Amino acid sequence: MRVNLTVNGEQRIADDVWPGESLLYVLRERLGLPGAKNACEQGECGSCTVYLDGLTVCACLVAAGQAEGRAVVTVEGVAQGDSLHSVQEAFVAAGAVQCGFCTPGLVVAAHDLLSRDPDPSDADIREALAGNLCRCTGYQKIIEAVHLAARGVQT
Amino acid sequence: MTGDVTDTITGSRPGTRGDVRGGVGESARRPDGTLKVKGEFAYSSDLWMDGMLWGATLRSPHAHARITYLEIAKALALPGVFAVLTHEDVPGLNAFGLERQDQPVLAVDRVRYQGEPVALVAADHPETARRALDLVEVGYDLLPPVTDSRAAVFGVTEALHPGGNVVRHVRVRHGDQDVVADVVVSGDYEVGMQDQAFLGPESGLAVPAPDGGVDLYVATQWLHVDRAQIAAALGIEPELVRITLAGVGGAFGAREDLSMQVHASMLALRTGRPLKMVYSREESFFGHVHRHPARMHYEHGATRDGRLVYVKAQIILDGGAYASSSPAVAANAATLGAGPYKVPTVAIDCYAAYTNNPPCGAMRGFGAVQAAFGYESQMDRLAEAVGLDPAEIRIRNGLVEGDQVATGQVLDSAAPVAELVRRVRDMPLPDGVLADLRELPGGVANTTHGEGVVRGIGYGVGIKNICFSEGFDDYSTARVVLEVVGGEPAVVVHTAAVEVGQGVVTLQSQIACTELGVEMVSVKTADTQVGSAGSTSASRQSYVTGGAVQAACREVAGQVRALAAARSGHEASELELVAGAVVTRDGVEVVGIAELLGEESIERTVEWRHRPTTGLDPDTGQGTAHVQFAFAAHRAVVDVDVELGLVKVVALDCAQDVGFAMNPDAVLGQIHGGSAQGLGLAVMEEIQVRDGLVRNPSFTDYLVPTLLDMPPMRVDVLELADPHAPYGLRGVGEPPTISSTPAIVAAIRQATGRALSRVPVRPEHLLALP
Repeated sequence: MRVNLTVNGEQRIADDVWPGESLLYVLRERLGLPGAKNACEQGECGSCTVYLDGLTVCACLVAAGQAEGRAVVTVEGVAQGDSLHSVQEAFVAAGAVQCGFCTPGLVVAAHDLLSRDPDPSDADIREALAGNLCRCTGYQKIIEAVHLAARGVQT
Repeated sequence: MTGDVTDTITGSRPGTRGDVRGGVGESARRPDGTLKVKGEFAYSSDLWMDGMLWGATLRSPHAHARITYLEIAKALALPGVFAVLTHEDVPGLNAFGLERQDQPVLAVDRVRYQGEPVALVAADHPETARRALDLVEVGYDLLPPVTDSRAAVFGVTEALHPGGNVVRHVRVRHGDQDVVADVVVSGDYEVGMQDQAFLGPESGLAVPAPDGGVDLYVATQWLHVDRAQIAAALGIEPELVRITLAGVGGAFGAREDLSMQVHASMLALRTGRPLKMVYSREESFFGHVHRHPARMHYEHGATRDGRLVYVKAQIILDGGAYASSSPAVAANAATLGAGPYKVPTVAIDCYAAYTNNPPCGAMRGFGAVQAAFGYESQMDRLAEAVGLDPAEIRIRNGLVEGDQVATGQVLDSAAPVAELVRRVRDMPLPDGVLADLRELPGGVANTTHGEGVVRGIGYGVGIKNICFSEGFDDYSTARVVLEVVGGEPAVVVHTAAVEVGQGVVTLQSQIACTELGVEMVSVKTADTQVGSAGSTSASRQSYVTGGAVQAACREVAGQVRALAAARSGHEASELELVAGAVVTRDGVEVVGIAELLGEESIERTVEWRHRPTTGLDPDTGQGTAHVQFAFAAHRAVVDVDVELGLVKVVALDCAQDVGFAMNPDAVLGQIHGGSAQGLGLAVMEEIQVRDGLVRNPSFTDYLVPTLLDMPPMRVDVLELADPHAPYGLRGVGEPPTISSTPAIVAAIRQATGRALSRVPVRPEHLLALP
C-alpha cells in the first residue's frame, strides 16, 4: 500500500508498504530517517518516541497506515537548521549521552516536557521521562540535562 | 533538586597540563555527541545498502533435544526468499567460542538450549524472512534438560559435553587451613540470572567482496577475536574478513560472544548480496549470554572484636549450554571471593557448570558481582554477631596497600577500602521529610501516603580485577600520525578499541592532545586495518589502549624533538611539545610543529602491554594473576512498604578510587550507570527460567530500572595514582556495579529485619509469601 504523510514539515510518500509495518519501520527503512530507534519495538523503552500530530508516541506501536495524512516530527526535525536545539545542546553539555541509543527518544520526550512545563522539578522530570529506558547513564545526567535545557529555554 | 547533590573529585591530577584544551583530566566533550542527539549517528541497525537482503534465524524452541530431521524445501520455495542455510552450509569450522570452541554456528543433531540457532534465511523483506522460518520443518526428539547447576557439578547428570559438566573448578587455598575462630557465621545465598539489556539490538550488515571475503559492519566488543572466529567458520583467511565497527548501542559484556556475525556473513556470501540482520528484543534475549546465576555457601570466622580469621566458600555458577567466558568468570569469583578484606585463611571452591539453561558469560563485573552479594551479606551477619556497626566492621577489615589478597598477590598500589567506607558513611543522609508522594514506594501508582513505610541504611564494598588476568597476553595496538593540515599540526589516532558509549574515543583524543600538545586530533573508526586493541571489557580500555596511544604518541614526540634538536642545536631531551610548538623547558619556542614538519608526516604504530601476570596454581589458586585491583563502596538508603513489599531506593551514594580521572564527566557517568545496573540486580532484574525455558524475554516482563527507580546519587571520586598504570589511572566501569547490589539489599534487611538471601529481592520475599 501507499502511505502519504508529512515528516518534519515535508510531504513524503512511502510505496510498497506491507500493512503489518510500523511507522517506525517506514521512517527507518523507507524514508531514510533512522533517528528513531528500534530498541524494543513493543512500546516499553521509548527509544522510538516521535511526535504524531503534536503528541508523543512510540513509533513502533503506530501501524504505518495509521500515519496516513498525519504530521510526524522525528528527532531529525528537532534541530533548527545546523544549530542544535537547546535540549540537544544540553544533553551534550551535561554528559547525558553515552551509547546514545536512548538519546533520540529522550530528546523528543524532554522537548515535549519542556514545551508543557518550562521549569519541571526533579519529580516531574522523573515521571515525564519514566517511559524512556537508558541503560548507560543511571539517569543522573539526563535530569541535569533537562534542568540545563530549562534554564536555556527560560533565558 | 539534583542541585543539592554535589560530586567531588579529589586528587593530585597527574598529567594535566594547562596549555592545550582537551587533554587528559578534562571533561572533554565526546566527539559523537552531536550526531547522537540529532539522531544521525549510524548504529549497526541503521545501516542500509542498495540491493540488500534481510537475514533471520530459526532457533530451537526446546532446551534439550535431538534433531531428527530438517527440511528447508518449503521455505526455499517462498517467493522473496534467496537462501535457506543449515549446518551443512557452514563452510569452515562449525564451532566457535571465546575460550573453548564448543558452540556450533548452526546446530547439527542436537540443541542444548532454548534459542540455539538451527537454520538461516535471506529474504527481500524481514516479514518474508520471518514467514520462511515458519516453513522450515524441524523434527525434535525431546531430551530431559539438565537444569540444576549443583546436580550438574556434583550429581549424576548426562554429560552435555565431552569431559563432563564442570566447565572449570577453581580452588583457592591460602593460609593455615586448620585455623578455628571464636565467632562463626554462615549462610547460603543466590543470585538470579541478570541480562545486560543493552538497548541497541544485535545487528549488522555483511557485504560480500569480489575477493571471496566479506566486509562486515557490526556492533561488537573485540573486532579481532570476532574476526578469528568468523574466518574459521567461513573457512577463509582472517585477512579476507574485514570488520568495521558500526555504532554500538551499549554492550556490558553481551557482545563479547559472536551473535549474528557468522550467520550474516554466510548468507551474504551465499546470495552475493549485502545482507542486514537485526534481532528483535525477544530474539536478543536468546541471542546473547547473560550473567551467571550463582548458588553460594559462605562461612566466615572472626575474633570477638570482629577481625576476620578465615573465609570458606563454595560458589556454583550456572554457565548454561556453552562455555563462553565461564572459565574466567569462575576465576574471578574464586580469587575475589574473599572480598576487599584482609583474611589470613581462605578456602574457596568455585565451579562453573554446563547445563541446558541459557548460556551465561560476560556481564559487567563478572564473577565479582556474584561473590560480593555473598561476602557482603556475611559481613553484615558478622557485624551483628559481634555487635559492630556495618560500616565499622568493613573499616576494621578493609585491605590496605601492602596486604595480600586470597591468591597471595601483594597489593602494590592504593587499596583505600576503609577510606571509601568512611567517605560514604560520612556523607549527609537524605532527610526524612517527604517532598513529593511520587518519591514513596509505589511511586506514581499512589499506593501509600507513608503508612507501612520503613527506612533502612546499608553498606556494600567490592573488589574487581582490572584487565585480563592469569597470564593472558593482553595488549593493544595504536597507530598515531602527526601531520600538517591547513597550516596547523593535526593528529590522527587509529586503534581497534571499541567505543560502546563509555568514551574511549574521547579518551584517545585527550591523550594525543596531552602528549603532543596539539588540539586538532581525530580518531579513526575502529576496524581491523590496525592491530588488535583487545576487548572492551574488564574495565581495561583506558588502561591498555590508553597506554598504547600514550606510547605511540611518545614515540612520535621523540621524533619531533629529534628533528627540532637537529635544526636548533638544543638537546632533544630539553625540548617539549606545547601548544603546537616545540619549546625549551623554560617555555621559549624553538619552532612551530607545522613549520618543522612542512609536507612531512610522522607515523608510529605501537603494540603496548601491561605488566605480565601469572597463572593460578591448580591446587592452591595462588599466583600474581591480576594486573590491578579496583574498589568502590556504596551506602544505600531505602524505604520499604512492608504491607505491599514495594521498595524505593531513596539514596545510593558511592565512593570510588579511580587513580586518575582521565575524563571526570565520563567517570561519573560510569559510576552512575554501573550503580544503576547493580540496583536492577538488587530489586528487579532477572531472566526467569523454568525447565530451561525463558519466561520473560521482553522489556514488559524483564524490568530495567527507569528514572522513577533510580535515586539521585552523590559520588566521591578519589584519585590515588597507581604508579604502574598510564597516568596513574585505575579501571572505572565495573566496581560500582559490584557494591551497589549488596548495599541496597543490606538496607532492605535493616528496614525489614528479613534475612533476604537471594537477589533480586521480590515483593513476596518481603511479605514472606510462598
